[in-house]
Amino acid sequence: MEKTINLTLKVWRQNGPKEKGRFETYQVSNISTDSSFLEMMDILNEQLVNENKEPIAFDHDCREGICGMCSLYINGRPHGPDQEITTCQLHMRKFKDGETITIEPWRAAAFPVIKDLIVDRTAFDKIISAGGYVSVNTGGVPDANAIPIARPAAEEAMDAAACIGCGACVAACKNSSAMLFVSAKVSQLALLPQGKIEAKRRAKAMISTMDELGFGGCTNTGACEVECPKSISISHISRLNREYLKARFSE
Amino acid sequence: MSILNSKTPEGPLAQKWTNYKDHQKLVNPSNKRKLDVIIVGTGLAGASAAASLGEMGFNVKNFTIQDSPRRAHSIAAQGGINAAKNYPNDGDSVYRLFYDTIKGGDYRAREANVYRLAEVSNEIIDQCVAQGVPFAREYGGLLDNRSFGGAQVSRTFYARGQTGQQLLLGAYQALMRQVNKGTVQMYTRNELVEIVIVDGKARGIITRDLVTGKLERHFGHAVVLATGGYGNTFFLSTNAMGSNGSAALKAFHKGAIFANPCMAQIHPTCIPVHGEFQSKLTLMSESLRNDGRIWVPAKKEDAEAIRAGKLKPTEIAEEDRDYYLERRYPAFGNLVPRDVASRAAKERCDAGFGVGTGLAVYLDFKSAIDRLGKDVIEARYGNLFQMYEKIVDDNPYETPMMIYPAIHYTMGGIWVDYELQTNIPGLFAAGEANFSDHGANRLGASALMQGLADGYFVLPYTIQNYLADDIRTPRMTTEEKEFVEAEKAVKERFEKLLSIKGNRSVDSIHKELGLVMWDFVGMGRNAEGLKKAITRIAEIKKEFWTNVRIPGSKEGMNIELEKASRLADFIEIGALMARDALNREESCGGHFREEYQTPEGEALRQDDKFAYVSCWEYKGEDAEPIMHKEDLVYEFVEMLQRNYK
Repeated sequence: MEKTINLTLKVWRQNGPKEKGRFETYQVSNISTDSSFLEMMDILNEQLVNENKEPIAFDHDCREGICGMCSLYINGRPHGPDQEITTCQLHMRKFKDGETITIEPWRAAAFPVIKDLIVDRTAFDKIISAGGYVSVNTGGVPDANAIPIARPAAEEAMDAAACIGCGACVAACKNSSAMLFVSAKVSQLALLPQGKIEAKRRAKAMISTMDELGFGGCTNTGACEVECPKSISISHISRLNREYLKARFSE
Repeated sequence: MSILNSKTPEGPLAQKWTNYKDHQKLVNPSNKRKLDVIIVGTGLAGASAAASLGEMGFNVKNFTIQDSPRRAHSIAAQGGINAAKNYPNDGDSVYRLFYDTIKGGDYRAREANVYRLAEVSNEIIDQCVAQGVPFAREYGGLLDNRSFGGAQVSRTFYARGQTGQQLLLGAYQALMRQVNKGTVQMYTRNELVEIVIVDGKARGIITRDLVTGKLERHFGHAVVLATGGYGNTFFLSTNAMGSNGSAALKAFHKGAIFANPCMAQIHPTCIPVHGEFQSKLTLMSESLRNDGRIWVPAKKEDAEAIRAGKLKPTEIAEEDRDYYLERRYPAFGNLVPRDVASRAAKERCDAGFGVGTGLAVYLDFKSAIDRLGKDVIEARYGNLFQMYEKIVDDNPYETPMMIYPAIHYTMGGIWVDYELQTNIPGLFAAGEANFSDHGANRLGASALMQGLADGYFVLPYTIQNYLADDIRTPRMTTEEKEFVEAEKAVKERFEKLLSIKGNRSVDSIHKELGLVMWDFVGMGRNAEGLKKAITRIAEIKKEFWTNVRIPGSKEGMNIELEKASRLADFIEIGALMARDALNREESCGGHFREEYQTPEGEALRQDDKFAYVSCWEYKGEDAEPIMHKEDLVYEFVEMLQRNYK
């Protein structure tokens, strides 16, 4: 049932990448527990605009958990206190009346803060552009049913392909490693006959780009898997390691 | 009128596209490198066009307002993509897909365009599979299909409930491969704020860097707008928060024709509105109608008891339920097209049978779970059920879902000819941004098909036909006066917005616009309401330009300024939608004029008077736009009253 709660928010504010950031404290009241977390942020921003203050900048777009744009670190957890969701799917019924909520941006060297809670995740695009694709041009491809694919392989590829590129895995990792993100793409494509052909080259190129961009190494803590809104399994990291080793051995 | 030549190729329907491709002009590889193409937007249409044109050797510049091309709202499409493969051997063909799409669009689309769409649909599936898109498969390893509204065959390919995501990631990856090769230059967090016309041709754009606030000039031999639809005019819609109609409006103000602006699709299965603070509406895929049955209580007193919280839906006996779609449309049942399903829900709720807040109906999976088992339903719709539960805090395996129609897609858009070129030479529009192939109503699983058809398989041919005449045009410097003036006008507009310093937030005005749109330009429209809407929108426009408050400055990131600039454009689009809806004195597809309906309450077209595309031309700030007509000539199919009974 709908009820309303009052909250104290400690929000990270930072004017630009080079500026020094700080926490600011805000009060919001009469928040419906049926509203989403970002709707609560909208209400706060409306309040700030009405006080002629600059609203808090945060990334968001589809608000249905698929675009991967929203990205808040809420009370020490990427996407906040719920399982298998993005921040935009988090609802206020997960919070108690009178609670203090701390809201921060993703913290990782490879994701510099742009403003307030917005970070730059271009590094993910760079990793994909290094090899996260099948090298086919438009047109001149075989009929879609020419190569049957065993259903379990197709399903596992789909599990990996569900990654939304939000970066929660990096934010959750004490080393800021991007291994879960990279492994999801490598795994998806290596599982399919269309992508298998260049699997080795892909793994090598993506890993070396990841390293260059300042992401840390993987020490198998599994934090990424726990916080992933799409429940991407760390077993993909093992497949990535296998593909990578194969690539190194065949050099 | 000359500006409205559709350039439909000669010949029999099935030969037109082949004939076109056989005779279009080509550009040789060494010249392609010298030609710059600007593509705005990275959704299915934009990303697939940018990747394909980059592969061909053109020098592509691709722009997106998001932080990455992968975020475009195509990503949120759930259900699937149509193709005429006939893999299930249920009698499908290119002609049938064409026919269903024309009929579904209530005979307000161009025959030749729709036929081409059906024709290239099969190539799209081949292309996506080759890219590694993990479509659903049967145990034998071949691709699976499901059925969708408005069709009696199973022709929809899908990747769980994330088909749009998988297709977009396929196109995004193809695009990033070109970025890596240097054929495409990517500009993220960059918004088109003006189109530059030189000697009557589109030659570039002005953008605003959303991080620094800096205005930038970009030259292109051709400009493609793949910027999506304008559904957010209604404030609440299933569109993403950033989806906007500004690029289309800039084109309109520069002389491009805006076609069928009133044609907006209201999707029947969305999570109902629950509060004033609501920021958007969430769609529940139409694929749910394959197994879900839609109903409301048959007795008004039951509906009242449910609304008062005294009765649960599961307590209503089978004989006291009204499965109104099955009752009214026995042939298609719960799978009638979207416009029909939406209106039927409104009819029941208006008559007092609604549940929840009174503006909701049930979508019930009980009989499907009894018939197929919970496992099967979970495998088919698990992620959608999870999404519903997270939002509503109710378990749809046990209690029926509550749904209500919401604005979802706009069939109207920038007018284009057969080559997807607007009436401004060198300016093209693709995907939802153009007025497209869906007529007055789009069938489910057709938007993904159209976006990718335009980007992968149509533009790469047609844009070449235009650029072949431009190989001697050298790259222009952006110091030319047209660029300088365009940038100056944009700068003045932003300064004007910031100087208002009023008392109302952008969102509060946007919500006011949205309510006017929903009440008078929504599911049921009439002359009186539309006239009222036009007056109200003019008042909202005045309120906006005198009383909006935008904190901050034009330097650096300013989210309120971005929203304000887009809202100013939504207000213009809203007025145009109302004007077009008032002019169209008939009901067709998603456009339902209450004065024009059959005794059973179905849409009643007026083919003798309105078998045309309404083409609006901008005449300046203080003048009314004028309407031209592109007559729709049906040579190959007969215009019939749609019948899903």
